[in-house]
Amino acid sequence: MAKDFDTNSDKKLIQAEEYVEKPESQLKEMWETLRQNKAAVAGLLTIGLLALIAVTVWLSQLLGMQILPYDPNYSDMTQSFVWPNAEHWFGTDQLGRDIFSRVLDGTKISLSVGIAAVTISLSVGVFLGSLAGYRGGRTDAIIMRIMDMMLAIPSILLAIAFMAALGKGLDKAVIAIGLVSIPEYARLVRGSILSVKENDYVQAAKVIGNKDGRIIFKHILPNIMSLIVVRATLGISTAVLDTSALGFLGLGVQPPYAEWGDMLGRSRGFIFNAPYTLIFPGIAITLTVLAFNLLGDGLRDALDPKSRIK
Amino acid sequence: MLLEVKNLTTEFKLKRGTVKAVDDISFTIDKGEILAIVGESGSGKSVTSLSIMGLLQLPGRISSGEINFKSQPLNKMSQEELRKIRGNQISMIFQEPMTSLNPVSRIKTQIMENIMAHMKITKKQALARTIEMLDTVGIPSPAERANDYPHQMSGGMRQRVMTAMALSCDPELLIADEPTTALDVTIQAQILELLYKMREKFHMAVLLITHDLGVVSEAADRVIVMYCGKIVEEADVKSLFAKPLHPYTVGLLQSIPQIDDDSDDRLYMIKGMVPNPLRMPPGCPFSDRCDSCMERCTQEMPELQELDGHKVRCFLYDKVKEGELNAI
Amino acid sequence: MKNEVLMEVQDLSKHFTVETSLLGKPVSVLKAVDEVSFTIGKGEAFGLVGESGCGKTTLGKVLVNLYSPTNGKIFFEGKELTALNETQRRSYCKDIQMIFQDPYASLNSRMTIGDIIAEPIIINQLLPKKEVEERVIYLLNCVGLARHQRNRYPHEFSGGQRQRVGIARALAVEPKLIVCDEPVSALDVSIQAQVLNLLGDLKMEFGLTYLFIAHSLNVVKHISDRVGVMYLGKLVEIAPKRELYANPLHPYTQALLSAIPIINPEKKKERIILTGDVPSPINPPAGCHFSSRCFKAFEPCTLKSPVLKEISPNHWVSCHLF
Repeated sequence: MAKDFDTNSDKKLIQAEEYVEKPESQLKEMWETLRQNKAAVAGLLTIGLLALIAVTVWLSQLLGMQILPYDPNYSDMTQSFVWPNAEHWFGTDQLGRDIFSRVLDGTKISLSVGIAAVTISLSVGVFLGSLAGYRGGRTDAIIMRIMDMMLAIPSILLAIAFMAALGKGLDKAVIAIGLVSIPEYARLVRGSILSVKENDYVQAAKVIGNKDGRIIFKHILPNIMSLIVVRATLGISTAVLDTSALGFLGLGVQPPYAEWGDMLGRSRGFIFNAPYTLIFPGIAITLTVLAFNLLGDGLRDALDPKSRIK
Repeated sequence: MLLEVKNLTTEFKLKRGTVKAVDDISFTIDKGEILAIVGESGSGKSVTSLSIMGLLQLPGRISSGEINFKSQPLNKMSQEELRKIRGNQISMIFQEPMTSLNPVSRIKTQIMENIMAHMKITKKQALARTIEMLDTVGIPSPAERANDYPHQMSGGMRQRVMTAMALSCDPELLIADEPTTALDVTIQAQILELLYKMREKFHMAVLLITHDLGVVSEAADRVIVMYCGKIVEEADVKSLFAKPLHPYTVGLLQSIPQIDDDSDDRLYMIKGMVPNPLRMPPGCPFSDRCDSCMERCTQEMPELQELDGHKVRCFLYDKVKEGELNAI
Repeated sequence: MKNEVLMEVQDLSKHFTVETSLLGKPVSVLKAVDEVSFTIGKGEAFGLVGESGCGKTTLGKVLVNLYSPTNGKIFFEGKELTALNETQRRSYCKDIQMIFQDPYASLNSRMTIGDIIAEPIIINQLLPKKEVEERVIYLLNCVGLARHQRNRYPHEFSGGQRQRVGIARALAVEPKLIVCDEPVSALDVSIQAQVLNLLGDLKMEFGLTYLFIAHSLNVVKHISDRVGVMYLGKLVEIAPKRELYANPLHPYTQALLSAIPIINPEKKKERIILTGDVPSPINPPAGCHFSSRCFKAFEPCTLKSPVLKEISPNHWVSCHLF
């Protein structure tokens, strides 16, 4: 038997042969790297805060408790266009509704739409991209031509087109935004698979008897996961923007639901006399998008094994 | 004496610590001489050539020592001054000809660029010289092939083109960093033949860096063996192969499968691996792999000693220097 | 050698379409492997040598089912592999395995080496779950690695050690034939000897059969019993090891042997330097593929392609000189 051990240090450890080290946690390393990126941590904390708000508001509404200072949909015409003061921190809008409460209420819609839309894009996109990338040939050609056609149309127009077919409403908006982004993920995954597919370890996986599906799941996807995760994080911010855009245009969320884009859309005319009706929802959108972008950038560095800090 | 390297040390400052890729080495190259530096990964041979040419990138830097080319101190020059010498008096060819040539530029453009950067001649003259060089390195139909792009040529041809580019300004020293490693055996033979021819014709000195002892045996006049950044043996090629002194050199020669070796026994192998440069053992860097390791070897670093023109860094030869007649 | 034949390859070809016309018809074809026939005996180490573009790696990949052959037949223990469907063919991965060239690319960097070795056992359901770990440790020891390293990731190991992991993975299914695709080319010289010795030891211990692919004749010399030389997709010479090295018949083999630098400056030898470059496999020369560079080429060489003929016992050559 070949008993040529490689390192000297192994000679000492042979006595301790019974001891098998635990695998070093790759997650832990990623976290360490992320932690050092202050901007990413700021983004993460902001998202955490937003998520907390969203969940709290949603739960409270579910349980019938009132957490928000005012009912976001309660309209008091005697209190319309009030500048921000001690009672109404963000002021009130044209229908006398408290903007602060509406902004907080809108958090749950924006976040959930963002995540839901990305989930749709991601799952369908990854599936189609894997199929196209791994199988190649005609499958690849057909799928990618359809993706190309979708990409040729600006995303907002495409979303509007979908909404026209599906009808108005928040749930339809989610589907529309989700569908619109499928080509990006499909392309990303396909490209990554093409570059990874020829690697020796993928070939080795085939040689030892793996079936195609298992190869994609176990060997290829984990190695391109970082790209997908980063893209998805940034995708959430895009989805939030798209939701706001649709809301601004009057599609998507229907009144009286508080949604930041919708709030912006309805307050367009008041920019000079009541700018606060636009500023606060605007800041909310900006903050959310910025937070996801910073987190996404940080994740890209953390997940790339080459730039990890040990 | 064309090139003199004195006590050169090159360090890399990494997050985990500082690595001495090249540790206090000294050697000279004379006009028209072919000196080979032999070593495996981590030996520091490539870093040596990059240091000489001033091509080190951060985090690497020359931390001490001198590099004198015809009495000009290369290590003290600015990039501007070095550029006048690079491609002109000292030239370099690399291992991977595909990545060393610009893929979007024609062969003739690349070679002419080099010529005109260093010589004051017209475009027409530069082109003529380019075609002449391509012919000298053995490219068939040089006038037509000069118009090709790198990807239109095979590996062997590209290496010849690189050589032509390197020789276009009549350098006095050519640094060849693993010039044949990426090539097939039959093409390797052609390139080595070419280097020999060039040396004959231009009296150029060559610093040949390689891990292939076979190449060294065929092409070199003198050999330096490096291990973990240090020179462990230096001799003329005949002496090195006839009587290798350092246990590493001995082991290396014995472990290479030879074409004229008829035995079916297992190959001799050097046990262990090259140590992690951040965790070098104290004393001689080869101590943990050496069959003749003594206690002293793990504690002190041996000095480079000379025995009849043959230098070696090993405690086995300490006693010899002090007057004993027979080497161990 | 009256060995039982383990694998037989008959007129095997593998073509790649390089260009197609607008309608999809192939315009230029790369004949990576061109009607190759040979056998490998049980317990034998067959060295396959050739330079870049000769098709040796492609041939190896066809044998392990990474490519399907364009033409020809492959027989394993008498059974025709080329006649099987995909699922049936996949079941033979337990018998035919591969060791890859690049130790840095052939291991999935996200799996521990223990998991890498365990995978083939698990997916082929070769052992009950409880016994898998036992076997992984056993295999690690066979290749000279220690039990406590089982949970480490590939990047924590050197090239030589990674190659050992690759070897252990190939051994995991208890294969009968292992295709070794240039297993030591990417390793340092001092490590090459270690891995070559290991492969030799394992062959003896487990009664393995090897197809050992290399680009240089000196590497295969130690480990091979018989050696085949390939050039531009064709097998040009096959002979038992000592016979080939002592008495190479094909001009290309002679040139290959002569090109290897001898580590003895005293013996400055007469080199056969081939002129020109290896032609593109898309456009091989007419007749004998080697004719454009052959120093012994004569009239029939550019007209007709030679066939492999047995010139002396077990020594086959494909050349018009014979």
